[in-house]
Amino acid sequence: MEQLLQQLINGISLGSIYALIALGYTMVYGIINLINFAHGDIYMIGAYVGFALTTFLGLGFFPSLLISMLVCSILGMIIEKVAYKPIRNSTRIAALITAISVSLFLEYTMVYFVKPDTRTFPEVLQSKILTLFNGKIIIDLKNIYIILITILLMAGLQYVVHKTKVGKAMRAVSLDKNAAELMGVDVNKTISYTFAIGSSLAGAAGVLVGVYYNTINPLMGVVPGLKAFVAAVLGGIGIIPGAVFGGFFLGMTETLVSAYGGSVFKDAVAFSILIIVLLIKPNGLLGKTIKEKV
Amino acid sequence: MKKNIISFSILTIIYFLVKILLDIGIIDSYLQLNIFLIGINIILAVGLNLITGFTGQFSLGHAAFMSIGAYTSAVFTAKLGQSFIVAILVSGVIAAFAGIFIGIPTLRLKGDYLAIATLGFGEIVRIIALNIDYIGGAIGFNDIPQYTNWTWIFMMTVATVFLIKHFINSYHGRACIAIREDEIAAEAMGINTTFYKVLAFAIGAFFAGIAGSLYANYFYFIKPDSFGFMKSIDILVIVVFGGMGSIEGSILGAILLSIISLFLQGIPELRMVVYSVVLFAIMVYRPTGLLGKGEFKLWKKGAERNVSIESK
Amino acid sequence: MSVLKVNNLSKNFGGIKAVTEVSLNIEKGEIIGLIGPNGAGKTTLFNLLTGIYTPTSGEIIYDLDKKAYTKDLKPHKITHYGIARTFQNIRLFQNMTVLDNVLMGFHSGLKYSIVSTFFRLPSYYKTEKSTYDEALELLIKFNLLDKKNELAKNLSYGDQRRLEIARALAAKPKILLLDEPAAGMNPKETKELNFLIQWIRETFDLTIILIEHDMSLVMNICERIFVFDYGHLVASGTPLEIQRNERVIKAYLGEEALQC
Repeated sequence: MEQLLQQLINGISLGSIYALIALGYTMVYGIINLINFAHGDIYMIGAYVGFALTTFLGLGFFPSLLISMLVCSILGMIIEKVAYKPIRNSTRIAALITAISVSLFLEYTMVYFVKPDTRTFPEVLQSKILTLFNGKIIIDLKNIYIILITILLMAGLQYVVHKTKVGKAMRAVSLDKNAAELMGVDVNKTISYTFAIGSSLAGAAGVLVGVYYNTINPLMGVVPGLKAFVAAVLGGIGIIPGAVFGGFFLGMTETLVSAYGGSVFKDAVAFSILIIVLLIKPNGLLGKTIKEKV
Repeated sequence: MKKNIISFSILTIIYFLVKILLDIGIIDSYLQLNIFLIGINIILAVGLNLITGFTGQFSLGHAAFMSIGAYTSAVFTAKLGQSFIVAILVSGVIAAFAGIFIGIPTLRLKGDYLAIATLGFGEIVRIIALNIDYIGGAIGFNDIPQYTNWTWIFMMTVATVFLIKHFINSYHGRACIAIREDEIAAEAMGINTTFYKVLAFAIGAFFAGIAGSLYANYFYFIKPDSFGFMKSIDILVIVVFGGMGSIEGSILGAILLSIISLFLQGIPELRMVVYSVVLFAIMVYRPTGLLGKGEFKLWKKGAERNVSIESK
Repeated sequence: MSVLKVNNLSKNFGGIKAVTEVSLNIEKGEIIGLIGPNGAGKTTLFNLLTGIYTPTSGEIIYDLDKKAYTKDLKPHKITHYGIARTFQNIRLFQNMTVLDNVLMGFHSGLKYSIVSTFFRLPSYYKTEKSTYDEALELLIKFNLLDKKNELAKNLSYGDQRRLEIARALAAKPKILLLDEPAAGMNPKETKELNFLIQWIRETFDLTIILIEHDMSLVMNICERIFVFDYGHLVASGTPLEIQRNERVIKAYLGEEALQC
């Protein structure tokens, strides 16, 4: 029982990271129907920015987190303007390959400049162990930080999407781009904002991962990127609560599978769950069934 | 008939020309490696083109079928001591069964969802291979006999291209294209869409299995990570670059992309960066591919704007 | 002889009742018109008849070469029972040629194995050749022969409508369902369509059911008309009876229909 609780706490922390990345995937997919494969690499860059700020400039955790989010949001907007805008009206498959090319570009440019070595993230948050139930459950303060920051960011996102003009524009564009444009919504600007917000969340996830696991490398975005995407699809891609739900669900499942002896298969389990869920609910757990009109 | 004779003569000339050049050593082993890889890539791309380009089913897991073929062939030749032709055929058949196995459930999915399910399947195959000690696990499968030579590569490539071309120019092949064009109309014309989708998957997987077999018995050594997500993407890039729904395009795409990567070998540390830029440029300036005929409706973004949301 | 019987057929989408308790009976060789305002459930009925939707309740019985019941009706099987259709928003295979579109129509009647396909065995050549000849014949009849190598998407609207009918006929149906065949046609084209439909019935020995908003067309060629409103079958009868039916006038036709 204690072990289960312990694993659940770890699962929530991992799930927070997935959820943060998944949000960006889902927002971008919702608005331009593009699987943004480069999203996992934005998360990697977020981690590197955090690393540079803490190691070379000696900044603290919170300033690094904020600056990293800012840098990532700018990067996201640049990627959208340079790479995705020219292919906005092209075929799905061309768009997908473009996204992959952007992803490769980010990964290997980073490999070229920072070398492929794994680096150690400095201890910016003091590791403080809390014990509960007479030491049967150990919670690192870092876990609490990660979970709190994730909740804060999600609440912020929820506010932006539902209570602000930008959020309303985002929802309008994702439902019908042409109609939104006719109603006076600046579609280009709205898409830019979406990329900015999604990327900043990925940046935050990058810094949090650096803090949590202490190591970063230029290809660190590939696997969590895919996993977060799986999380987004699990919840129903394009649906914001779906991404959060999918992220936590995947994080917890993975932690539990690893804890109970299946660690080598944990990635396979994630993908198996994905396939099974899609077979039962082809549009994700929270997705609506869309049927083509005849 | 005249056309057949001409293509037969051209193929014979190519075969003997390369064979002689190989025998007298004008083609060195490095160039030979690349020629063989081109052949393997043509087989893979033509098979994937049947699935994605002709039948319109988005697949991001083609390398998994190649992996299944490669490991089957390795087991049959290295462990069971079977002849190469047996290994090739068994590899194809087992990969085809894998295609059917994954095809039947997942082909209810459409578009991006199918892409993700096939991606997931590819990763599952890779992870399983990593954990089976009998086939070497993460260390890889060693000491596979090297049976693959120019004759095998040439024969298999030509056979793949001809068989798939024959398939496409039949009523079965037309049914596949009709599914790509309009699934509902295809069903209304009496086409069993599930059957044809699974069939396309099985045929594509069969040839990918053969490609895997040729690959394994050329390199002595295979490991699960050679057939990961990026390999699937590489095959897809050949298909899209050559032109969706064009067999000639896939052949041309495989050759040109191999030449590009040959040049990029000279700058190892920037190779992937340049490759990504080339890829990007192709997608922006020629999204329909070299020999692509135009944009298919299915691949148009926003095609699903016509759907109405119904609760069922 | 009855070829199609529908008993108490209903279809609900969530809370929306698209088709409610519809019963009808169609005889061999008739031309039947389905009319009613948009959203009255006509196309839904077509989709039920072709197995695209499964009924919420009620039954459909086809009595053609062999009997087919509601549970047998799967979209890809329906053609084999002798039913073919066109679509309201033309669904051609856009990037295939006119000829290939018609060849597609023959699909349900073709039989040679996949092995024969790969190795081009004699059965391949024999079937492909005879299908090809039949397709050309059909294209001649529909005046589309000179356009046989054009892509379907490049045809004019009227040609696309006709090609869709030709494709449906290639399946050699006993019942042909036409969903708004005159939509988007000018008066001249509609007139031609009028003759075309009658000619089809005679040449191919068919029963035809059509959904149409163009009253002159419907009143001209249909022997019986079924009127739908809010998913209910509100009236049925000959064109003359329908024109005089108070309820129909109120629901749909309007006053001016009485004068035509």
